[in-house]
Amino acid sequence: MTKCTILSAGLTCALTVLAQTATAEEKKDWSSDPNVAVAYEEGGRYYTEDDVPTYFINDEGKVDWLTYSGFRRYHSECHVCHGPDGEGSSYAPALKKSALNMDYYDFVAVVVNGRENVGASQQSVMPSFGTNPNVMCYLDDIYVYLKARGTGAVDRGRPAKKVGKSDAIQEAEDACMG
Amino acid sequence: MRNSLLLSAAFLIGGSGAGFANEALQGLIDDPAQWAIQTGDYKNQRYSELNQINKDNVGDLQVAWTFSTGVLRGHEGAPLVIGDIMYVHTPFPNIVYALDLSQDGKILWKYEPKQDPDVIPVMCCDTVYRGVAYANDTIFLHQADTTVVALDAKTGEVKWSAVNGEPAKGETNTATVLPVKDKVIVGISGGEFGVRGHVTAYNMETGEQEWRAYSMGPDSDTLMDPENTTHLGEPVGVDSGTATWEGDQWKIGGGTTWGWYSYDPELDLIYYGTGNPSTWNPAQRPGDNRWSMTIMARDPDDGMAKWLYQMTPHDEWDYDGVNEMILTEQEVDGETRKLLTHPDRNGLAYTLDRETGELLVAAKYDPAVNWTTGVDMDPSSDTYGRPAVVAEYSTEQNGEDVNSTGICPAALGTKDQQPSAYSPKTGLFYIPTNHVCMDYEPFRVSYTAGQPYVGATLSMYPAPGSHGGMGNFVAWDNINGEIKWSIPEQFSVWSGALATAGDVVFYGTLEGYLKAIDSETGDELYSFKTPSGIIGNVMTYEHDGKQYVGILSGIGGWAGIGLAAGLTDPTAGLGAVGGYAALSDYTALGGQLTVFALPD
Repeated sequence: MTKCTILSAGLTCALTVLAQTATAEEKKDWSSDPNVAVAYEEGGRYYTEDDVPTYFINDEGKVDWLTYSGFRRYHSECHVCHGPDGEGSSYAPALKKSALNMDYYDFVAVVVNGRENVGASQQSVMPSFGTNPNVMCYLDDIYVYLKARGTGAVDRGRPAKKVGKSDAIQEAEDACMG
Repeated sequence: MRNSLLLSAAFLIGGSGAGFANEALQGLIDDPAQWAIQTGDYKNQRYSELNQINKDNVGDLQVAWTFSTGVLRGHEGAPLVIGDIMYVHTPFPNIVYALDLSQDGKILWKYEPKQDPDVIPVMCCDTVYRGVAYANDTIFLHQADTTVVALDAKTGEVKWSAVNGEPAKGETNTATVLPVKDKVIVGISGGEFGVRGHVTAYNMETGEQEWRAYSMGPDSDTLMDPENTTHLGEPVGVDSGTATWEGDQWKIGGGTTWGWYSYDPELDLIYYGTGNPSTWNPAQRPGDNRWSMTIMARDPDDGMAKWLYQMTPHDEWDYDGVNEMILTEQEVDGETRKLLTHPDRNGLAYTLDRETGELLVAAKYDPAVNWTTGVDMDPSSDTYGRPAVVAEYSTEQNGEDVNSTGICPAALGTKDQQPSAYSPKTGLFYIPTNHVCMDYEPFRVSYTAGQPYVGATLSMYPAPGSHGGMGNFVAWDNINGEIKWSIPEQFSVWSGALATAGDVVFYGTLEGYLKAIDSETGDELYSFKTPSGIIGNVMTYEHDGKQYVGILSGIGGWAGIGLAAGLTDPTAGLGAVGGYAALSDYTALGGQLTVFALPD
């Protein structure tokens, strides 16, 4: 059928475009970037030398718990506006870029307080999540997940392998969620 | 000209008082030159008797004129045409334009409400709005912030306004309203914010609230009679709206009412469906969660429920029951019956007797649907009317913090609100569908007023083992419960369909194509790429003896959010880049009306 032929052609075309994009993104080596590189670990959480949360992927390809948890929380709280996998949507920007381009403390401030960008041609409003424990208790999780998406360290979709949740993370979660 | 005479008569009646508004509106609906109601008619058939554009000449269709709405967000719904005036609405900020069709669409008046932009982020899935309603020389606008405004149809002046909900609690609006008799019937959105759904009737002349029926709660809230309100023929009993909930969860129980409403003047009943129970984590709300996911038949005068049918008790997948309720008179076993057909988000299309609520047919309208093996149709069975849930795809049985994989359909549903059309000539329903499956992992969430209350992680992908696309356009036989034919589409079909007496069916695609197909065979007869992706509904009207077809473009909504970046294929293995098309490679934001006609 003609419809199917058109469909196949469309799919082939799209694959080519995606492949080119992926190649362009792979050029940068993030491993030595001071905003990404792990300086130390504390109770299953990873930090840069500036004490900013970051992701960690071990030799077996397992992501740290926060990155995995961030995938889950992002796809509950954020993706209905920002699209799957931090990729952005017709409604809101791609957060995988924001996590790399924005200072960590600015990122936190926007999530806590929200942000408005309303004008003649744009009506974008980020709500304030400051009172929402489902977001606030997992803010670092979401941040490091998006950072890992931004550098390409984590692919689209659910991270296949992960390190288990540490006792320290569990205790902090219980305390925060109440 | 026959049509203009009819119209003048209708206006005369319309001017004589609210009590006759229904008859006046009915007169306009019966005149195919007008497009007087979003749903085409009270029956939600989206069928037009116009046949100037037909299957033999639709291939010659041309763009007659266009209009930019000045707004970039997702454009759902359709313009109305009443006489010489076309009424065009926009998503937030919910502008209404009155265009003079005798003067190339000159703007007669424009109304732009002042709304607090804080409502924007409370609207899960874009600031869409499915259009204004008309009755009694009045345009009814239902703003995103739930303010209902009555505007003088000739001047745009405000007659009255009423506030239907509290955006600070997550209550918003995306739906049109239904004018019935001397009332305007109004729904609410916010199921992802723990809103308790309700339907409210306002006096058409004054804007005073006349009744409100909640989807859950005690009988005084749900407007149900324990003896006379029935579910599958049985009385519902006392306080059925709290009896299947634990504790106070029903107070934030969802069941919002943001879909399409239909009305049968003979039976004097309105029909609509309720949305998902809150939260998406089923473990946090044990029980059937009545009356979420329910088809409702209510008396428009006092709101009392006559009959109900809960399609998806104790939802585990976000299969809102709000889709259109299409009313038809068709033959069943040699007898003509008053039917209600409803293609639900859960992938089953239901055919019921709309007088009694008797369930006649429940069948999958996409073969990919796998969460259920089907509905128990035996009236003597304990599980009569209930879907049999497949354990593997039960997010309740698999439990919290477990990722249930390969569930079809996805939370988008086999279809969402995008309304189907019905042609009495072919007896077929034309259903725009999604062909998307999902992984779903529920987890515990806590409730904060005005904050998202979701509690599940989702990933979505095209139905595996199929044609690779994310949608189908399906011709459905509602009596035999069979797919007649199905057109594969690369993306979900998120546009409302239109069927005409010209033996043509129209629909739009997310890439932006307006398509015309043969209503018998599904063969494509015409296609034109509009400036942006289409999530609006196709409409038609006649002006100065010429038939026009109109469609709003403007990508957005759930479709734009979910599909903009393309979907990933979880079976493609580690490291595979998303193997499916990204909508952003095909189209960009922009609200525009495109109107088509045959060349002179």
